[in-house]
Amino acid sequence: MATVATCGGDAVGVGSAVATASKSNVTSFQRRGPRVSGTNDSGPRLVSITGTRPSVRNGQLLVSTGLPALDQLLGGGLAVGTVLLIEEDKYNIYSSLLFKYFLAEGIVNGHTLLVASANEDPANILQQIRPVSSSRFGHYYDASKRIPQELIEASKWHGFFLPEKISPTLKVEPCSLTHGYIKLLQFIQNIIYEEGFDGSNPQKKQKNILRIGIQNLGSPLWGDDICCTENGDSGHNLTKFLYVLRGLLRTSLSACIITMPTHLIQNKAFIAHVTNLSDTVVGLESFIGSERETNPLYKDYHGLIHIRQIPRLNNLVCDESDVKDLGFKLKRKLFTIEWVQDNYLRQERNIYPPGFSYLLKQKDSAWGEGSLQHSTFLMSFLAKGMGFPFFQLKLLLKDGFVLIKKGMLRDDSLRCSHSAI
Amino acid sequence: MFPELNNLLNTTPDRAEQGKLTLLCDAKTDGSFLVHHFLSFYLKANCKVCFVALIQSFSHYNIVGQKLGVNLTMARERGQLVFLEGLKSAVDVFFQAQEKPHPLQFLREASAGNLKPLFEFVRDALKPVDSGAAGWTYPVLLVDDLSVLLSLGLGAVAVLDFIHYCRATVCWELKGNVVVLVHDSGDVEDEENDILLNGLSHQSHLILRAEGLATGFCRDVHGQLRILWRRPSQSTSQRDQSLTYQYKIQDRSVSFFAKGMSPAVL
Repeated sequence: MATVATCGGDAVGVGSAVATASKSNVTSFQRRGPRVSGTNDSGPRLVSITGTRPSVRNGQLLVSTGLPALDQLLGGGLAVGTVLLIEEDKYNIYSSLLFKYFLAEGIVNGHTLLVASANEDPANILQQIRPVSSSRFGHYYDASKRIPQELIEASKWHGFFLPEKISPTLKVEPCSLTHGYIKLLQFIQNIIYEEGFDGSNPQKKQKNILRIGIQNLGSPLWGDDICCTENGDSGHNLTKFLYVLRGLLRTSLSACIITMPTHLIQNKAFIAHVTNLSDTVVGLESFIGSERETNPLYKDYHGLIHIRQIPRLNNLVCDESDVKDLGFKLKRKLFTIEWVQDNYLRQERNIYPPGFSYLLKQKDSAWGEGSLQHSTFLMSFLAKGMGFPFFQLKLLLKDGFVLIKKGMLRDDSLRCSHSAI
Repeated sequence: MFPELNNLLNTTPDRAEQGKLTLLCDAKTDGSFLVHHFLSFYLKANCKVCFVALIQSFSHYNIVGQKLGVNLTMARERGQLVFLEGLKSAVDVFFQAQEKPHPLQFLREASAGNLKPLFEFVRDALKPVDSGAAGWTYPVLLVDDLSVLLSLGLGAVAVLDFIHYCRATVCWELKGNVVVLVHDSGDVEDEENDILLNGLSHQSHLILRAEGLATGFCRDVHGQLRILWRRPSQSTSQRDQSLTYQYKIQDRSVSFFAKGMSPAVL
């Protein structure tokens, strides 16, 4: 992408070390020194953009999503020029929280914001963002403090509130996209061009990131019928919108978060299309109102977080996390994401008391996932309970194959390696 | 290109077959490494390549291509590579009305369009230049990927028509090759995608299918590759040959091994 060439060169000056804060606001991306001492002294001094850092894998420029835990799962952060799609949880509680974290991170770093919503005035959304105060690496939201008005006014932001932009009596001629989507794309393109985020305007040397947040995309309030009918989106409005939006992002210094109520979309093939057209896709599943709320396995968690897709940008491989079963919980100050392992262990120990040998069939895990990871992990844990340093795992696979894995427990046996046949 | 994959396919850039349609498909995993392989393979074979890249930007393919030993910028400058960057062109065609038909003209149309402008773009890109001074061996069309066209509102029939026209021009008339990537939606009911996939499978000479493992994610084995050689023109008495390998993608290459022979297990 264009961004890497201009901004990724000065990797030396950017670090994510634990803060000894020289500024009052501390983010998870902290520069080591106030000035950048680039490795190439011959060229003009490049100023690195606040709140960004190059990826350790390929120097791709990354911004924080506002949640250090999520950054880690996404391979360091969100790449500039890409889309983060959040599949909303059922009551849009946690997804709107992630949305606000993303914007709050932008305010703290002095990024320009663009907030688009069809049901809530962007000014109200920004008012709800709690201030960031932290004493260590991470973000804390102090519920008792209000965000100072000056901070909002000092930050540059643009709001797109759909009812203000289109009048209901407007005569709409048939065109390729829903009217609301067209207006939003024109608005975004205008901001990118006017403020020089795409580098096309030689007068405006923009060295800042544009953070775009679009709420509830695809909901009926945007004039889209994809959530209402089974064969909705016959005009493919949403997919075309995503495609053109990604084209705009790829050629500018911007990052976008979109929340989408996918639980309302009945056409599963459509969700697959949307996933393919997005870069990073994260799904949230909250336990509120579901049978899992009373399940003792999940009693410490508020929901599950699924990392559905991580892009392979400028690379053949991507930083996929080994752990696929992640739960999140929201305590008063902290939104944490953890591998849901402890409860799993307790549950499994009840099912498989030690001292016996077990032939595990593929789907015997309490999660019903059937992943080899669970089975291997389970056996090593049980062996540990029995006090034997060795374990042998026999797994009955399809086509009559049997996997026999013998291993010796290590201290990190909870993450012992595994392979498939 | 990946030397191990060349060995499995029994080809080298010097003696590749011509006039073939290769279908790449992926199910529950990312098959884009195959696209990078064929792009670098045909550039090294000194072919004139027309790359319709609908899903990623030019710099993405360029950076990966450099890891595989080809320089896309230079190839484009000397005319060997004609690159249609879908994302950038979509912005152009969407915000400004075009005088002449743009390859991605269907984005502006409300009802389902057709891919005639895109075919004309491909045909103009690959038609042999009269001077003949360049000396490219044969033309190749590479599309990444066709499922995007379905997502953007085109019907499976329109896409199949486009591939048919491309095959007639590139494979039969110009004795070149066509390589396309299609996503397999798997158990999700996507009728249009299934029509496209079945239709293309029927016409292809070589099918490379990258699948995720049935047992789930694994750090040492990223997936399974099924290679199917087909002879669509000949009678069905001769059985199609099929091989299956597992693979692991590394930073600059992909290693292939027989099922169960991953170095992590042995």
